[in-house]
Amino acid sequence: MRTPSQTVGPYFAIGMCRRPDDELAPDGIELRGRLLDGRGDGIDDGVVELWEPRSRAWGRCGTGAGGEFAFRVPRDAPHLEVTVFARGLLRHQLTRVYVSGEGVPAGHETLVAEHEGDGLRFDIRMQGENATVFFAH
Amino acid sequence: MSADPYEGPVVLPDDPGLGPEVQLDYPGYRSTQWRAPRHPLVTMPEELHALEGPVFGESALDELDNDLTRQHGGEPLGERILVHGRVLGDDGRPVRGALVEVWQANAAGRYRHQVDRHPAPLDPNFSGAGRCLTDGEGRYSFTTIRPGAYPWRNHDNAWRPAHIHFSIFGRLFTQRLVTQMYFPGDPLMPYDPIVNSVRDPRSRELLVARFDLERTEPEWALAFEWDVVLQSTPFEQP
Repeated sequence: MRTPSQTVGPYFAIGMCRRPDDELAPDGIELRGRLLDGRGDGIDDGVVELWEPRSRAWGRCGTGAGGEFAFRVPRDAPHLEVTVFARGLLRHQLTRVYVSGEGVPAGHETLVAEHEGDGLRFDIRMQGENATVFFAH
Repeated sequence: MSADPYEGPVVLPDDPGLGPEVQLDYPGYRSTQWRAPRHPLVTMPEELHALEGPVFGESALDELDNDLTRQHGGEPLGERILVHGRVLGDDGRPVRGALVEVWQANAAGRYRHQVDRHPAPLDPNFSGAGRCLTDGEGRYSFTTIRPGAYPWRNHDNAWRPAHIHFSIFGRLFTQRLVTQMYFPGDPLMPYDPIVNSVRDPRSRELLVARFDLERTEPEWALAFEWDVVLQSTPFEQP
């Protein structure tokens, strides 16, 4: 029987955000977004992790005011795997962000990042009509 | 804050049928209300089942990362303890080289974090953060002090049982786990909605460390043993 999950709680930065880990590719493209709750308010005590297995690039960013997070990600990655943790979230959630609209499987249409200025934007909505698609795991 | 405060029971009855699953929208833990996903989850892309996760090496560690009692000029106050165990797949095989990150309150129940307003003293000799990699047999160990219980404002007179937070990167992407380790015999556990969001009592028991008299260091430190079992998949290679 496997060990159950528990929330990261509000103080995860002590253990999980000791070093800046938000650059998956130093010369990559900026990926910004907000982590939002069911009322549309920013979740300012969450953590987003990104994993790009082709280039074995990993990153992590604790959310700030308004639920904002920002990464620098490889320009040529078709998509990145996304893991979300937060106070009030008893188990992490998995999703994906597509960097370009090509090769996006059916059902994943809401997971395509939008172009914004020189970078990309991908908001994560935990609940509501436009809630982000999360994967069963 | 919600305009419609929950007034039901803080802890729901046991339900062994749920196994290791936590109840995401556990009403007694108020913060789940606007954060737990409520829409049906979609099937995970097939390739994620066998996908390897990030690998962290020694470069992820600083000296003394696994000894939380020696990270400052003096010793922290509190009961010195050794916390050790193994990280395993649910097939019983060790997970080697897994990055284990821990964080915890000090002996007075206070975190070194700007959001923590509990009027208990900070300890200038305790940061409460540690890291280590599991060895060839999946073993990890930390020297630390026993954390204190602390109040939180979830409900009337709410106290968290003493716990250490663990974040673990297994070998596979799907073996990621963040959880909390509790201490045996803690009288606060039956009242805690976070513990009880795991409604199968056998599964909940897996969150509790075992007092380990054998590893206790005479005249120095008590010891607790806690194994972590990660999900493994039929796709995993030996």
